[in-house]
Amino acid sequence: MELIELDRVSRTFTVRSKAGRLRRRRHEVRAVDGLSFTVRAGECVGYIGPNGAGKSTTIKMLTGILVPSAGRLRVAGVDPARERVALARRIGVVFGQRTTLWWDLPLRDSYELARRLYRIEPARYAANLERCVELLQLGDLLDTPVRQLSLGQRMRGDLGAALLHDPQVLYLDEPTIGLDVLSKARVREFLREVNAAGTTVLLTTHDLTDIEQLCGRVMVIDHGRLVFDGDLAGLHAAGRSERTLVVDLARPGPPIEAPGARVVKVAGARQWLAFPAEQSAAPIVAAVADRYPLQDLSVREPVIEDVIARMYAGAVGG
Amino acid sequence: MAELRWAVTSWRLAAAMWMRAATAYRTSFVLLAAASLLVCSLDFVVLLLMFHHTDRLGGWRLPEIGLLYGTAGIAIGVADFLLGTVDGLGERIRTGALDTLLLRPAPALSMVCAERFTLRRLARPAQATAVLLWALHALDLHWSWDKVLLLAMMLVCGPVIFGALFVGLSSVQFFWGEARELQNSATYGGATLLQYPPDVFARDLLLGVTFGVPLAFVNWLPTLQILGRPDPLGLPVVCRFAAPLVAAAAAGAAGLAWRAGLRAYRSTGS
Ligand SMILES: Nc1ncnc2c1ncn2[C@@H]1O[C@H](COP(=O)(O)OP(=O)(O)OP(=O)(O)O)[C@@H](O)[C@H]1O
Ligand SMILES: [Mg+2]
Repeated sequence: MELIELDRVSRTFTVRSKAGRLRRRRHEVRAVDGLSFTVRAGECVGYIGPNGAGKSTTIKMLTGILVPSAGRLRVAGVDPARERVALARRIGVVFGQRTTLWWDLPLRDSYELARRLYRIEPARYAANLERCVELLQLGDLLDTPVRQLSLGQRMRGDLGAALLHDPQVLYLDEPTIGLDVLSKARVREFLREVNAAGTTVLLTTHDLTDIEQLCGRVMVIDHGRLVFDGDLAGLHAAGRSERTLVVDLARPGPPIEAPGARVVKVAGARQWLAFPAEQSAAPIVAAVADRYPLQDLSVREPVIEDVIARMYAGAVGG
Repeated sequence: MAELRWAVTSWRLAAAMWMRAATAYRTSFVLLAAASLLVCSLDFVVLLLMFHHTDRLGGWRLPEIGLLYGTAGIAIGVADFLLGTVDGLGERIRTGALDTLLLRPAPALSMVCAERFTLRRLARPAQATAVLLWALHALDLHWSWDKVLLLAMMLVCGPVIFGALFVGLSSVQFFWGEARELQNSATYGGATLLQYPPDVFARDLLLGVTFGVPLAFVNWLPTLQILGRPDPLGLPVVCRFAAPLVAAAAAGAAGLAWRAGLRAYRSTGS
């Protein structure tokens, strides 16, 4: 079942900039430009792209906050901007940069308000609250005023608030921004559970580890247009990404020669060999072990930042 | 109808949250309420001082003006109490905070109007009610059913007209961030105007607040009828009973303006 459908959706902003002392020039920014895609129920989709690509604008249209300038948009069968209030009961949203919690009140009060605004039945509320408290480790935080929470704690609080009403879709706009490694891991673990339980997740992030660990599907947007839609392996292929074999030899030597791999760096006894990401490492390892005094080796996965950068470079060049 | 009920319920829920949030800061409610009461009594003191030197203003006696003062104060006070903070909309838009309100399954208007809700804002309608009761007592009117009706009409339609002005003019902030002053001068400024008899103002101004911003229907026109006074503009008598129609039209227009504003809302870039 298609839960989210976009058909040639655009959103432009008119911005005025100073031109001369009194004159103002108006020009249009196409934040989203003829975007079409669908997301099926239960998917976990990573939605990535450089700054200003139009990710947040897309999410705001999907929640009904922003009205599209053109095109057709459907979430759970309704037009978000037209039926914003009805849709709000069926979606959960977390903006990493902005909290929906009540600043001066304990977390519990924000949840209580959600219970009443979303008309959550008591039994369901109790169960969901318990689940969130357990998975997000909110136990000690429930009675703390939100303004006293750390960023990571607050983010966990926000995640809980977005899920109390069992939304069909969860939109996350940079949910891991500013969090330390441990907090990020916790948030990811939670999102994995949420998705496994059947909630569709659309995730925007600049931390590509989020995508690697959570999303089976990646959409890349640039200048408001979809430039890639597929799985992670496909993204690697599109970005001609490479894995790296790090080899520690018994003693320094000349660059290793192995079929299908090339040396990109040598430092003493350690050498770095790059090979296409989709290719198996086994034959290369075998070839190296066969001919060189091997002490240790490890394989490094590609960094998606580079993959995307190369993809952009490719797009611009071609 | 269910929609309207939900708008009120969600307003009530959010208002209750704001009241709780305010108790997080331990300022004395009693002290602040007393201060509000004092401040809004000041303009009545000014009136009293004026009448120290004269016994008529524009041909009106003090109790007659008290009737204007009371009804104007109740109209603006009740509207301000229920939805006055809608004027903070521009700030919400500028900081992008409106986004989070729009995520809730409730009308945005209810959420914005409930903002920073406090019982303290009851000070003004309370003080105005006291003045009104005194005026009614001092006037010693011969009550007839049409006068009772007119008084009731003022108490209901007055707040609606002011509420519509609050919401309708605040909607301008969706398009033009600095429109707050416009709204404040029409509402708070307008309420001050209505405390004085229409006879003391220039004809152009009277035309403006009758046919432009429909303030005259809040209390001037009905009061002329209650007191049996001539209309400085010489409008037909039906106008004195037109407040319900005017209030309904104003509320409808405000609703449309709000809707148009929401559709034009552009959030912020980050
Ligand atoms: N309210 C607005 N007014 C004017 N321009 C806007 C507005 N919102 C977004 N834009 C512009 O639209 C474009 C897309 O912005 P958007 O916030 O969607 O990007 P993003 O992909 O979320 O970027 P980031 O990764 O930096 O969060 C940008 O050029 C931005 O300047
Ligand atoms: Mg963004």
